[in-house]
Amino acid sequence: MIYIKMKPFEYLEHTADVKFRARGRSLEEVFENAALAMLGAMIDPSTVRLDETWTVETESESLEDLLYRWLSEILYLFEVELAVFSKFEVALEESEAGWRLSGRIGGERVDPKRHLFETEVKAVTLHQFEIKREAVEEGDDIWTAQVVLDV
Amino acid sequence: MLNRVDDYIFEVPVGHQKGMLVPGRIFISEKLLAQVEPGTIDQVANVATLPGIVNYSMAMPDAHLGYGFPIGGVAAFREDGGVISPGGVGFDINCGVRMLRTDLRADEVAPMISNLVEDLFHDIPSGVGAKGRLRVSEHELDEAFTRGAAWAVEAGFGVPEDLEHCEENGQLQGAKSDQVSLKARKRGRPQLGTLGSGNHFLEIQRVDRIFDERLAEQFGLFEGQVTVMIHCGSRGAGHQICTDHLQVLSKAVRKYGIELPDKQLACAPLGTPEADSYFGAMAAAANYAWANRQIISAWTREVFERYFADARLDLVYDVAHNVAKVEEHSVDGSKERLYVHRKGATRAFGPGRPEIPAAYREVGQPVLIPGSMGTPSYVLCGSRGAMRLTFGSACHGAGRIMSRTQAKKTYAGTEVRDGLTRRGIKVMATSPKMLAEEAPEVYKPSDEVVDVVHHLDIARKVARVVPLGVSKG
Repeated sequence: MIYIKMKPFEYLEHTADVKFRARGRSLEEVFENAALAMLGAMIDPSTVRLDETWTVETESESLEDLLYRWLSEILYLFEVELAVFSKFEVALEESEAGWRLSGRIGGERVDPKRHLFETEVKAVTLHQFEIKREAVEEGDDIWTAQVVLDV
Repeated sequence: MLNRVDDYIFEVPVGHQKGMLVPGRIFISEKLLAQVEPGTIDQVANVATLPGIVNYSMAMPDAHLGYGFPIGGVAAFREDGGVISPGGVGFDINCGVRMLRTDLRADEVAPMISNLVEDLFHDIPSGVGAKGRLRVSEHELDEAFTRGAAWAVEAGFGVPEDLEHCEENGQLQGAKSDQVSLKARKRGRPQLGTLGSGNHFLEIQRVDRIFDERLAEQFGLFEGQVTVMIHCGSRGAGHQICTDHLQVLSKAVRKYGIELPDKQLACAPLGTPEADSYFGAMAAAANYAWANRQIISAWTREVFERYFADARLDLVYDVAHNVAKVEEHSVDGSKERLYVHRKGATRAFGPGRPEIPAAYREVGQPVLIPGSMGTPSYVLCGSRGAMRLTFGSACHGAGRIMSRTQAKKTYAGTEVRDGLTRRGIKVMATSPKMLAEEAPEVYKPSDEVVDVVHHLDIARKVARVVPLGVSKG
């Protein structure tokens, strides 16, 4: 097996908003890394303690829509629970409807004294949104997801 | 390549992008055009591919890269054969600006500026995830969605005259609160009466220049006067409504066989259930935003009354800059009902339009152009050029030229604050890091942007106001 160096995510230049590309050796991993990139745009993850766990269940007919739902669901949780997160575990399975996602999210309630926000992410846009498989070496593909966030 | 039509009009020809139905038109100076990224021009071209678009896909002089429409994008669609798209409105539905004029002079207010800003910062919740001081019931939330600022005034926030001085009287018709999801309600309920974060602000200002005495008098403005500007929108409720409907409309695109160059331009033909549902929910979010600005205005008045017992803070005007609306415009000599989308653009109706409050109708509506933090804002007056050229639309702000990441690399939030303090501007913010993102230097100078719309007679310069104190998220 060839070991490929892979950055979990990187931020790309965008004048008004935040754009990132996340990678993963599996679909699950690219979903997890996309969530880390999104939260990383808001807050330094090292300031977030893993005190509580939340779960997300969603399904969709397409992988793209599934990723959109997953990220939007995390933003929803952030706002209604007033919590920040730094750990994401995703399980995916193919279902009758297409794809089913079960996510476990670790984090804690916002503490204004310790949590300094970099920016507020308003929403996940569909602009240039894509998730795809890229062949790096034979038999060793990686998944990439590109997302623009409205901030 | 762009074709020059006029000193301040540049055309994006059909063919710039596959599927363009009409040309694009960017209203801009050569100097400002040099700062517009190629991606922004592509976004103008993308909008030109949407079915039923009338005349041109337009962009204002503050145009910059967005998602779906460019920021500063304007497009109108025929009721018959056209579409409605959340890509032409954005997530922060009815993000907008209002200005209150006081009867106070800057020299009277200056000694109290720190107290005022501290109280405003304390009394009006702001920042990421901020919850309001209000605890509204589900019924009151419905009222905010369906009746906007009119509900807020009835609930004791402000006076009936405020409504007269709001675009759409602070209440967009056609709102359907039953098209608002439970998630959007859950986000919206605790946030009514909050400013939010990012570029949103509440600013105490001084009128430092009058360009047109007659128009200034009509708007109740004079040199040295203190004004207050409130810039915010529909908060999490609006963000969630857009998120929900974007998914519905993405399916509608496949159902109705529409080809799109950008998924964020997801849309539905007018008259379909998907389009009706989005319009009803979008209007509900717009009303929530008007209720929000109305509540914040009432609290601002309370703060001023603490220090100036007899102070009057009258609403000059309130404008939306992210919204889609049904308006009547003249197309090829005949009147047509159009769905006008303004994404980072302000309505700028000229003299005589019935939508303008009686007090301003003979001159045109006030157009409020907020500056970036620490830079001047402008009051303009909608004019005839807007009715002829842009479906009654003008620019909405300065337009970003530096990315947020770059801004944070270049400036430290504390330095930005110190710089403003040295210039005598009192700033309070929940996060110093976010101050760096909004440093004055990351925006185009708004005077150049405003000059373009003035030259084109889209909106005429009335007054310039400069900040005395700012409260930010």
